[in-house]
Amino acid sequence: MKLFKICLTLILTFIFISSATVMAGTLDDVKAKGYIQAGVNGDLFGFGKPDEKGEWKGLDVDTARAVAAAVFGDASKVKFTPLTAKTRFTALQSGEIDVLTRNCTQTLSRDTALGLDFCQVNYYDGQGFLIHKKLGVKSAKELDGASVCVLPGTTTEQNVADFFRANGMKMNPVVIENTAELAKAFFAGRCDCLTSDASQLAGTRAVAPNPGDYIILPEVISKEPLAPAVRHGDNQWKDIVNYSVLAMINAEELGITSKNVDEKLKSTDPKVKRFLGVSPGNGKALGLDEKFAYNIVKQLGNYGEVFERNVGTDTPLMIERGLNALWTNGGLLYSAPFK
Amino acid sequence: MEDNSQQQDTSTVKPPVTSVGAIGWVRTNLFNGPFNSLLTLGVLYLLWISVPPFVRWAFVDSVWMTDYMACRNIDGACWSVIPANLRFIIFGFYPHDLQWRPLLAMIILVVMLFYSQDRKRWKKSLLYLWGVALVIMGLLMKGGVPGLTPVESSQWGGLPLTLLLSVFGLASAYPVGIILALGRQSKMPVIKSLCVVYIELIRGVPLISLLFMSSVVFPLFLPEGVTVNAILRAQVAIIMFTAAYIAEVVRGGLQGMNKGQYEAADALGLNYFQTMRLIILPQALKIVIPPSVSILISAFKDTSLVVIIALYDLLKTTQSTLSDPKWMGFSAEAYIFVALIYFVCCFFMSNYSRRLEQELNTDL
Repeated sequence: MKLFKICLTLILTFIFISSATVMAGTLDDVKAKGYIQAGVNGDLFGFGKPDEKGEWKGLDVDTARAVAAAVFGDASKVKFTPLTAKTRFTALQSGEIDVLTRNCTQTLSRDTALGLDFCQVNYYDGQGFLIHKKLGVKSAKELDGASVCVLPGTTTEQNVADFFRANGMKMNPVVIENTAELAKAFFAGRCDCLTSDASQLAGTRAVAPNPGDYIILPEVISKEPLAPAVRHGDNQWKDIVNYSVLAMINAEELGITSKNVDEKLKSTDPKVKRFLGVSPGNGKALGLDEKFAYNIVKQLGNYGEVFERNVGTDTPLMIERGLNALWTNGGLLYSAPFK
Repeated sequence: MEDNSQQQDTSTVKPPVTSVGAIGWVRTNLFNGPFNSLLTLGVLYLLWISVPPFVRWAFVDSVWMTDYMACRNIDGACWSVIPANLRFIIFGFYPHDLQWRPLLAMIILVVMLFYSQDRKRWKKSLLYLWGVALVIMGLLMKGGVPGLTPVESSQWGGLPLTLLLSVFGLASAYPVGIILALGRQSKMPVIKSLCVVYIELIRGVPLISLLFMSSVVFPLFLPEGVTVNAILRAQVAIIMFTAAYIAEVVRGGLQGMNKGQYEAADALGLNYFQTMRLIILPQALKIVIPPSVSILISAFKDTSLVVIIALYDLLKTTQSTLSDPKWMGFSAEAYIFVALIYFVCCFFMSNYSRRLEQELNTDL
């Protein structure tokens, strides 16, 4: 019994110490080991998933690469840890990864209680419905009594329940663990509609036996700002991740692409000169090389290029820019000035 | 003409054609009563409605080596999903141009397993051979010596990872299990209670929760910055789990031993270790071959549970392939392929254990 008490005290002290320690200097750690360890999804096409050759592809993957380009000037100095929805936050808290770019929805409770800090949103998502045309449903408000295919254990499941309750409707959830199986069940007619993040619906429809038979309902029932996350309290590291994402957005605002970035080095526009590090200052302030934004754009492209390459209209996902267009084009992307 | 000659010579009359040969067999085995006849007809009907469509799906209407577009408009199986993604399914994240290394390591493992099948070769030299083979396999996987680029264990995946987790898991769990079983039989109270607590504790939780503990809870107890390799954590969890089950099976064997065996050993003046090594364990372990093999087989299949901690074993790489919009929807084909691989491995194990049992059978 005494031994048990001692053990318990030790463990509790341990937890206390480890939670009390503020992890400082991720940048120094990362520089010392020579690469960034990023937590990614692993199964989500367009965001984080290995291709046939085992090479990582996706918007979140490229976001992590952008941070590597900013820190090391080399986008390949990043290693990826695939994480499940359950292991993702522990991996960040325990220091196993340096940055979490795994289509994580930023929420208040995650930001506070989990000891995380969310950075600049790199994708604005929302939840919608996919439904067979023959049902003749035109709006999600007409779905009373419908059976709904939904992934368990996600915010998706909660959102759809909230939506039905708020509108005084009944629903029969059909819960299936795996995205591919969920789509299959829906196409086989096991449920009336499928609900998922809007970023997935177009891609799911594309693999239907007859894609023309299905429509996406106009309602978006939830807000899903997907943002990279870092450990709470390391402000310098958070700034770096923040401005790595913002650099891609700012490059698009300034019309700089991976193809014309070398020409733009000669630009006389003071905004472009500051952004690309021709006029120094930004890099030093972040503790990075002055060329950090140049490296990001040169190696990965601006946000538009990254978007089109991974999830855009030429990919199987066929996603329009929508909310993820620049603010000048009616979207939500709006970069802080680089000065 | 023939009938006539048979009637003439009764000594060569054959039994009625309905009671011998194929027809006779069918009558005695399939239609020897109204109930059995009904069952036979029912089963035949089920086969009739299920087998031809399956054969048509799997072989007639199927495509084998096409791209994904060709799979969209066919009714049959799209086996193309396997060749198109084979290297990822088998090797996971292992760098593409270095994949000959895990392949060679697996070939060495299979050759070693086949070589060790023969009990005549079970000598000390075989043990050394295994040692050398393991070092070579480790070097091939990990690299780091001149000529071999280092590959981190986080990039291991697919079939090599499954085999690694199972072979090391089973090989380490077995001795640990034996020690635990002996400990549980021990007369020393501390050792005995420790073993009992360990076995009951581990057997009282599902493997999945042990894996979660190792991947979610355990890292939080480590000091900041210290991390333990994810594969190692899963491996330890699998060993701990399997060892507890092996221990109980071995204990069954130990308790099944005649008391006379212990007494005879005492009479010969053998000490505890000699008794166990020379007399008790060889007999006890022989008795428990069938249950241990079923535990080993189920442990082998349980390694696929590491998907929940995002290790890319064979099953996970397959699932990952299926989440690609190009190949989404061809899960049946991919899972059949993976099931075949698992079946071959498990069948090998159970087949071998049967042979071992026969060879070791000393009963008269």
